[in-house]
Order: sequence, then structure tokens, then C-alpha cells
Amino acid sequence: MSDTPPPIKQRPETAAASAPASGWAIELEQINKRFGAVQANKDIDLKVGRGTIHGIVGENGAGKSTLMSILYGFYTADSGTIRVNGTRQAITDSRHALALGIGMVHQHFMLVDNFSVLENVVLGAEDSGFIRTSLDRARSELDRLEREYELEVDPDALIEEISVGQQQRVEILKALYRGAEILILDEPTGVLTPKEADDLFRVLRTLREQGKTVIMITHKLREIMAITDAVSVMRQGEMVATLKTAETNAGEIAELMVGRHVLLDVSKGPATPGEKRLEVKDLVVKDDMGITRVKSISFSVRAGEIVGIAGVSGNGQSELLEAVTGMRDQHGGQVILNGQALSLKGDDGAARARMAGLAHVPEDRQRMGLVTDFSEWENAILGYSTRPEYGAGPILDIAAAKAKAAEQIERFDVRPADINLKTALFSGGNQQKIVLAREMDRDPEVLVVGQPTRGVDIGAIEFIHNQIIKMRDAGKAILLVSVELDEIRSLADRILVMFDGQIVGEADPATATEGQLGLMMAGVVEERSTT
Amino acid sequence: MSALKPLPRWADVALLPLLNLSLAILVSGLVVLMIGQNPFMAIWAVITGAFGSGYNIGYTLYYATNFVFTGLAVALAAHGGLFNIGGNGQAYVAGLGVILVALALQDTHWLIVAPAALVAAAVFGGAWAFIPGYLQAKRGSHVVITTIMFNFIASALMIYMLNRVLKPAGVSGPESAMIAESGRMPKLGSFFAPFNYTPVNISIFIAMLALVGAYILIWHTKFGYALRVMGQNPTAARYAGISNSRMIIITMTLSGALAGLVAFNEVLGVQNRLVLDFVADAGFVGIAVALMGRNHPFGIGLAALLFGALYQGGNELQYVISGLDRTVVVIIQALVILFTGAMEGLFRPGLQRSFMLFSPEQKAEAVAVSTVKTEN
Repeated sequence: MSDTPPPIKQRPETAAASAPASGWAIELEQINKRFGAVQANKDIDLKVGRGTIHGIVGENGAGKSTLMSILYGFYTADSGTIRVNGTRQAITDSRHALALGIGMVHQHFMLVDNFSVLENVVLGAEDSGFIRTSLDRARSELDRLEREYELEVDPDALIEEISVGQQQRVEILKALYRGAEILILDEPTGVLTPKEADDLFRVLRTLREQGKTVIMITHKLREIMAITDAVSVMRQGEMVATLKTAETNAGEIAELMVGRHVLLDVSKGPATPGEKRLEVKDLVVKDDMGITRVKSISFSVRAGEIVGIAGVSGNGQSELLEAVTGMRDQHGGQVILNGQALSLKGDDGAARARMAGLAHVPEDRQRMGLVTDFSEWENAILGYSTRPEYGAGPILDIAAAKAKAAEQIERFDVRPADINLKTALFSGGNQQKIVLAREMDRDPEVLVVGQPTRGVDIGAIEFIHNQIIKMRDAGKAILLVSVELDEIRSLADRILVMFDGQIVGEADPATATEGQLGLMMAGVVEERSTT
Repeated sequence: MSALKPLPRWADVALLPLLNLSLAILVSGLVVLMIGQNPFMAIWAVITGAFGSGYNIGYTLYYATNFVFTGLAVALAAHGGLFNIGGNGQAYVAGLGVILVALALQDTHWLIVAPAALVAAAVFGGAWAFIPGYLQAKRGSHVVITTIMFNFIASALMIYMLNRVLKPAGVSGPESAMIAESGRMPKLGSFFAPFNYTPVNISIFIAMLALVGAYILIWHTKFGYALRVMGQNPTAARYAGISNSRMIIITMTLSGALAGLVAFNEVLGVQNRLVLDFVADAGFVGIAVALMGRNHPFGIGLAALLFGALYQGGNELQYVISGLDRTVVVIIQALVILFTGAMEGLFRPGLQRSFMLFSPEQKAEAVAVSTVKTEN
């Protein structure tokens, strides 16, 4: 085996490519992975220096987890090479990865709740069929690891009795016990309190001092800046840059993550805001895990204006949208529609919100906005099926529903114009038009739109943007949430930036620069001059 | 990795069940052959046993009536994404409602008893399914678990009721008093001579109405629309403002009410009293019927008829061929359930592949479809 490295294509933005003194722990070259028609990873190059903490950032769906799963042997790459400590490897499964010294701490812990810490550590790594000897050996080994890395956990405590932060330590201990030299952490702070996160960082620094390599997947820039030595940014399946953390800043990373898309210019006149249509007061929302995602947010949207909420995804926008539209319980605060406080508690809150004149184009049309197995006309009445226009009594007036669907399809130029076609068979852009047509058709006072052009082709994007502006000019109040910064900048009349469940700033799209917004999205708040 | 294209509708509703049924018959034939009997004779015996005469048809229809009710019960819940395995218990408890009403009104006229008993069957069966529905909606206890448990509770409850409450003095077996002549529902044999001495009764018309009613409910009402949205995509239901918890409770109650109608057929139509285990596992056969009938009332009607024929033909088989006793019949029935119910997906991928292979334009379309789907 010759040790001559193959020529490496250097991307201009890749600054951290010079080999560190200790060599590379991981070298990935030209990794490709495709799921059906989705290219999850595209020509990915990544080098991680031994004994460093390397951050991988990117939005949801950027391909971070796929890449790490390839490294850990969950998936096999379609093409590309992996080198671990300089030697080329074909990692076939996670057992193989472990043997190479690669350990992974998953976002959702893989622990047996009613086992003790010790039993969990040993599980799957027993010495023999008899558990006693393994446990004894593990106890002394665990003791050593805990002292060496300052990872105090009571080995006899049950998992269900210890805190989430401690459970994570058990996961790290599990990996170390199996001899991991390279540790992959997937969104490690997602479930931690700030205090627990700080403890984790202390542990990670100790690991680094002891010569371990840490790869951390996250979309939180604060963590990247706080702890990593180098950071790689991924976007839509591609590696867009690898930077030395010391030589960059949160704003730059945020811009790289969100990307600067070439967007068609949207022509719109000045807004003429009227009275308040949608008012959100001190809204608190928790996610399904019980973690507070929206932390006392207040804002309002007036008739005839588009308020855009910008931010890196995962900062509470989804939960905010769902709470405002009645899909998710509020845990505090108020949502006021047309001056009327809406009680959105209960699992039919969305129906009450609609009755009050709110229409909702959801972030994820396939998961929420459509029943993809239904025909087009059946989706054209989703959320409105109980209206008298579709039959006065309990019987559904299918003829009326079909007529209305045909009308909508024509007005929004949905292709193919076939109301009996299964919705799953329409393209992404046309599916989105189906949702928009349905929601805009009732002339709502308030329109809440999440990621209106995600996965939509250029032609449809322009159409959708124009429709949204038309609604604004008709005097409707529009709340727009998008992770596409350019979309927010070109559509919104006011921009609110959300970070970590809070609105950290307001900006005027006409004057705010991308850099300023990027900083706010990264949670770096300067002296702001909001009115 | 292109996804398989769904089968054309005719293949899905007709060809696939027929293939499954043929396989079941083939394997059953092998079993019969192993015992040392002629499988063709056996099949012929089953067919003539089920449809050979008015008498045989009468029995077949009587069994089919039960299976329509339980099949619909399973299908309705399935459209809402719920799996009601408790048809047995719901039908059993419904028997209590039927006998209480029938005994109370037995001296009036059967025209008064029958509607009241029908309502009682639905109410008692529905109530027995309401509890698991409520527990799932409000407490998150899965209906699969709770409905199974409620089968056992129903069984215990009914043994108690029959032994301690309903058993008249001087009767030794665990059964209720007979309904008086005036309160008994006439059998079809009294209007149509070929059905003489068979248990088939007016309930079969109720079953037909239930089939039509279920079709209308599922595809032509606002409730049915909401039901299907919930079954296909609960998140979209939440988005649409459909209360999943309320829908779960209503759906389970309706499903239980349908299962309860078995008691109307058995208690008021046939036995004229309440006996132990009168449901005879019709609730479980209903699962196979719904599976085979693709949860569509038309398919359920056909599947119920098939299972009715198997029950009746199977019973006759033992009298025709002496070497085949009741246990062989049970094996054959089990094979049919296995292949048409549990293993109904066995041929699907192969069939889909051959459909795509033999139709190049569909093949191109199938590729296009999977591309569009993953475009995002």
C-alpha cells in the first residue's frame, strides 16, 4: 500500500485543509449518497484533525446526519472513500466502525431505562455469557474513565432516575468503554439545559486534551463558536465550506448555512398597513418532548403587510406557526385574531382558527397540508369539509367539492388539471399550489405561510410569491416564516428574527444587510435600534 | 430503488383475492391428499354443502350475515386507522342488550321487539367499544390492547350474567329464558319455502342495509371524510381542525355498534335466548373478512359470503366424506384465513412487478412517479 495521498481538490473556501501536526483522524473524499431521487450527500470532502473538536453545521435536511451515518456504518456511501487514521476503510456496519475506534452518541439516547448505568455500559459488550465478571470488570474500567474524563455518574443508578445530561454522559461512557477514539455527537445539546450543555462542553474539552477526536453535529452557532476548533458547513447535501473557528464568526457561518440563492426579483409596491389583525402576546409553546421552543414571544401583523420571520431552522419557528394556527397547544400567552382572543386548546383548535378567518399554508405540505393518498379534489376541501358550501347536512356534496376544486385548479394553474388524480402524483410545486389555492380561496383575513417555496421549482416560486403579494395588496395580514433569507427579504415588509425561541431583533428589509441579519440569526445581538 | 406502482383497481379487488384464495384451496387440497382423501371430491363437497340446495344456502347466508357485521366493524375502524379486535366482546355484550329488551317486550309483537332489540344491540355493542375508544383518545391506551382485554372482560361478565342473573329457576345450563312466541322474529323460511328449517332471518336485510350504509358513511358524508383523513394522516387531520380524539371515540363506538348487530342475528333471529359463547368467534373472522374485502363494503359482502360458504360447506364436508372430520375442516378454514387475510400481501409485490414488466408505458410512468415523489 503506497502512502502517497491522492490529489485533493481544494475548494477556495476551505481554509483548514493544511494537515495538523497530529494528522487526520478522518478523511472523507467525494462521498455521494442518494435516496431515490434525493441526493443527500454530494461529493462531500471532509477532513477532521486528530485531537480536535470539529463542528458540522447545516440546516435540517442539509445531509449532516446522513454523512455521519455513513461514517458510522449505518449507510454505505454510493461512492467515495473513507480513511480512518490514514488507512482506507470500507465501513460496513456500526460494529466495524466501533472496531475502528469510532463511537456515536445519538440525538435520541439508546439506553435501557430500567437498567442501571453499569448494565447499560456493558450491554452488547459483555465478555462472556455470564454477566457478573463483565460487570465487575466494567465497574473498575468505568471508575477509571470517570476519573480520567471527569464524567461523574453513579454506576448503580437506574437510567430513568438520572437527568438527561447524565444520560448523555452514560452514552459517552458507553462509547469510551468500547474503545472509541473518535466520538460523533449528533445534536448533543438539543435536549440539554444551558447548564448541562456547559458541563458537556467541559467534558468534550477534557476529551480533546486526552487526544480524542470529537465530531459534533449541530445547528446552533453559539456552540460552534464556543467549543470547536474547526467547522464544516453543509447545505442541501453539499459541503460548502470548512473553516477554522478562530478565523470566522457566527454571522459568516449563518450566511453560509442559509445560502445565497439566486432569486427572481419580486416587484411590489409599498405596504399600507391598516389595523392589527393578528396579535401574539407572550406566547409560550412546548414541543412534543416538553421542551419550551417558543419563549414568550409578542408581535403583531397588520392588515396589508407581510411580516417575515427569519431564522435558522429549529429555533422555534415551527412551533410558533403551529401554535398560532391552532395545531399545537399554547402553554402561555395569547393569540388574538381580529381582536378576538382565540382559545386554541384542544385538538380541533385549527378549525376554530379557520372559523375566525385564518388560513394556513403549512411548512410541510406532505406531512400536514395534504393527504397524499387522496385525490386532488379531496385535498381541496381539507380543513373546510364541514362548511355549508359542501352540503348543508352530514352528507358531503361531492359535486360541489369537485366543482370548487376544478375552479381552484384553473385559477392557480395546477398541472395536470385533473381533480381526480392522486395528490402524491403531482410535483412539489403543484402540490404547493393546491394548498395555496385552497387556503387563499376563502378570502381569509389572516394568512399564515410557512416555507412557501420549499422544494418548489423556479416557475412556481414566482407565481407563489406574486400570489402572496396580491393577498397583501388586498388588505390581508400575512405572517411568513421562511428559512430562505432572500425570500424573507424580498417579500416581507418587516422582518422579525427568531433565535432560540425568542425574537431577537426587528429589521427593515430595505435597509438591513445580509450580514446584519446573519448576525441576528446567529443570536449575536448588538445594540439594536428597534422602534 | 424505484417504488412499485400500485395495482390497477380490478387487479387489487378481484385478481389478488382470487390468487390468494386459489393458493389456500391448493394447500388445503394437499392437506386432504395427505390424509388420503380425494381433494377434488372434498372441494365439491364444500361447494355443494354451501350452495347445493335452499337449505344449504340458507345456512350459508346465516353465517354470512354475522360476518358482514363484524367485517364492517373492523373495516370502519380501519378507515380511521384503528384496529378493533374486540368485535367478539362487543357482539357478546350486545347479546345482553338484545335479551333484556326482548324479554321485557316479549308479550307485545315481534315488530315491536325487533326494532327495540336492534337498537339495544347497537347501543350495548357500541358502549363496549366506546370505553377502549375513550381510553385511546384521552389516555393513549392502544385500542388493540384494550379491545383484546375487553373480549376477556366481556366473556367473564357474560358468564356471570348467565349463571347468576339471567338463568331462570329450574334450568341447569348457563342460558337465559326463552323469548315468548309472540316476541320471536320470523325466519325467512316462513316466507320462502326453500329456506325452511334454516336459521337465516330478517337480519340479512339489516346486513345488506349496513353494507350500503357503511359505503355512504365512509365515502359520501363529512364524517366519513374526516374519518379517512384521520386514518391516512393524523397530522393532516390536526391541521384541518379535525378532533382526532373525538373521531376516535365516535368511530370505535360505531364499530362496536356494528359488531353488536351479530347479537341481533343470533339471539333474536336464531336462538331466541342468550347462550354461552353464541358469538362463536365471528369477531375474529370479521378481521379476515375486512382484510379480504379491502375494507370496502362490496368486498366485505363477497368475503362474508365466502366465509359463510366455508363455514357451512365445511360443516357438511364431514358428513359427505367420512375420513374428513371437523378438525380437517377447521384446518382448511384456517388456511383460507391465513392466505386471504394474514398473508394477503404475499402475491402483491410479484403481481405489481409483473404488471410493470408487461406494460412498458406503465414502467416509464412508475419511474416518473417515484421521481416526482422525491423531488423535494
